Amino acid sequence: MGKKITIEPVTRVEGHGKVTIYLDDNNNFKQSRLHIVEFRGFEKFIQGRPYWEAPVIVQRLCGICPVSHHLAAAKAMDVIVGAGTGDGLTPTAEKMRRLMHFGQVFQSHVLHFFHLASPDLLFGIDGDPAIRNVIGIAKMHKELAVQAVMMRKFGQEVIKVTAGKKIHGTGAIPGGINKHLSTKEKLNLLIGQDPMNVDKMIEWSLSGLEFFHNYHKEHKDIIDNFAAYPSKHLSMVRKDGALDLYHGVLRAIDSEGNKILDDVDTQDYLEHIAEEVRSWSYMKFPYLRKYGPKDGWYRVGPLARLNTVDFIPSPLAQKEFELFKAYTNGKPNNMSMHYHWARLIEILHCAEMMKELLNDADLLKGELVTKGKKGNEGVGVLEAPRGTLFHHYKINENDQITMANLIVSTTNNNIPMNLAVESAVKQFISGKNEITEGMLNAVEVGIRAYDPCLSCATHAIGKLPLQIKLYDSKNNLLDIKTKNDE
Amino acid sequence: MKDKFKIIIDGKELPARHGQTILEIANNNGIYIPTLCNFEGLKPQASCRICSVKVNGRPMTACTTTVSPGMEIENDTPEMNELRKIIVETMFVTGNHFCPSCEKSGNCELQALAYRFKMDVPRFPYSFSKRDIDASNPKIMIDHNRCIKCKRCARGIKTDDGKDLFAFKNRGEKIEISIDNELAKNISDEKAQEAMDICPVGAIIKKERGFIDPIGTRKYDNKPIGSKVKEVQ
Repeated sequence: MGKKITIEPVTRVEGHGKVTIYLDDNNNFKQSRLHIVEFRGFEKFIQGRPYWEAPVIVQRLCGICPVSHHLAAAKAMDVIVGAGTGDGLTPTAEKMRRLMHFGQVFQSHVLHFFHLASPDLLFGIDGDPAIRNVIGIAKMHKELAVQAVMMRKFGQEVIKVTAGKKIHGTGAIPGGINKHLSTKEKLNLLIGQDPMNVDKMIEWSLSGLEFFHNYHKEHKDIIDNFAAYPSKHLSMVRKDGALDLYHGVLRAIDSEGNKILDDVDTQDYLEHIAEEVRSWSYMKFPYLRKYGPKDGWYRVGPLARLNTVDFIPSPLAQKEFELFKAYTNGKPNNMSMHYHWARLIEILHCAEMMKELLNDADLLKGELVTKGKKGNEGVGVLEAPRGTLFHHYKINENDQITMANLIVSTTNNNIPMNLAVESAVKQFISGKNEITEGMLNAVEVGIRAYDPCLSCATHAIGKLPLQIKLYDSKNNLLDIKTKNDE
Repeated sequence: MKDKFKIIIDGKELPARHGQTILEIANNNGIYIPTLCNFEGLKPQASCRICSVKVNGRPMTACTTTVSPGMEIENDTPEMNELRKIIVETMFVTGNHFCPSCEKSGNCELQALAYRFKMDVPRFPYSFSKRDIDASNPKIMIDHNRCIKCKRCARGIKTDDGKDLFAFKNRGEKIEISIDNELAKNISDEKAQEAMDICPVGAIIKKERGFIDPIGTRKYDNKPIGSKVKEVQ
């Protein structure tokens, strides 16, 4: 008798999603799908609004990475107000935006690794769900929990002084930024009372990596083999191949490391990337045009970035990057759980870069806004915490937005996450007679490695209980299991 | 001497003269009475009713009621403040006010009053009225979604040669502001800013100014509306 299993919603991710798993009469894998069940509609309701509102409205897509949307929209509007395509801002404006972005990637990555993902590592994928959560971490690994909270706080403070507020600020405006950093704000972050200073953040970022390495040594099988599959990787890189989260050109590689897209101007993204709609999910399926919808899918995010870049322009992160590259002998790293390693390297990079920027005098003075000849279309691309983020707008002669197209980081990872689900189902569920909570969590661990933001990806908010439904091959409901049931 | 007398506001005896309004006396003595349609330099019109006070037990508008001997006025009382809160809530539900993406946020009098009266969520259902944006003018955008119909713009904004830039059209609930596009095409940036500043909400926006005011420096970021009046004391 065939079965259909539904995991709804998926937990410890941002937003709402569900997983359906179809098994045949022998309980062997038939098909699995990650469905994104929320519809947001930002692309529609922003139409008619004045272009300068876009960076402030669209960031409401998300409460975790609003800065990404704020900056991507601002970058698109830079093009519209004639301030260039990433290189036309004043040094003060560009550096303030970069600092804002490093603060946000730092806090978002910390939130994901320590609050959402580490319970699976510390308590085991099949650990007691009552403690396999952030509260369990706080009770049993207090030092780590405090460190995570303080690191996140630091990132949020950086956002506050650059954007005006910790969440949903207004700092980036078309053509620049609306404030300088004050000397007091700078000193608070540079040499603030322990632990709230940037040197401590670098130290804790290094200890996060040490935590991962120790875990990796003991659990090679899960880290190296779980949901590992070959894929293409895409990210924005600096012109010279360096990791650059704020601006650069598009680059994609295949699973062997061959460059299949390089030096592509972000304004031309549509010539290379398209999106496919499938009836069972509100999340679209982006692909590289030249490979078509079936083969053109790719991964984005920390793992993809470290696969596509040539080096990291900060010394400590570069040292770790060399270890990361050496682990796969310079070939692309296709292990989903290595997203965590890549994420931790990026946390360190962000901390180093924040220190460099906080010592830069340009943040304290200088022109804030640049404007030139106005256009009617602009694209803003950013490496958001979860991957490459595209914002594309057109405006009319009255300054009103007539078209908005957002390809959000998580959307790019749609097929990869579906493959991670498939891989986890095959490894943990297929062929088994009894389905345990731990098996279902394994499916979620696969998704979680990608740190998906399903709210963003459908352009959802709320509590995420988990329910599994078992159906026979005639779709008769056989059993319901709900997470947190006694 | 007959011209001078005393009135009482919230139990406080205050000097008054014939011809003065209750609002004037309150402002001169550091007593805050909230206003919205009223604007310094314009003739009061008492349309928003937010300045309502009780004069010897009867509700009256402070901006238009002139004082007379023996007046005992209730202003900062739970009853009057609740009535004012209701007016603010009504304004929120009749328009389409989305503070998070409004560039007037932090400088908006309606938002500041909502904070002052601790409005969490309006008790009335939203009307979700369909309103448009007029962005056809090169200097000024009118967002009818946010207009509270106070007419401050129509009463206060003139071109350098004294012509009205704004007027009201239609009647009743369909009433809306309109701009003389021919005249407005040639106005200075300063005049466009003046129009934006006279609007208590975000209905009149000087184009391409955007979110230039950093959070923390806006009018009501650090002190609630009415603080200026209290400082007079």
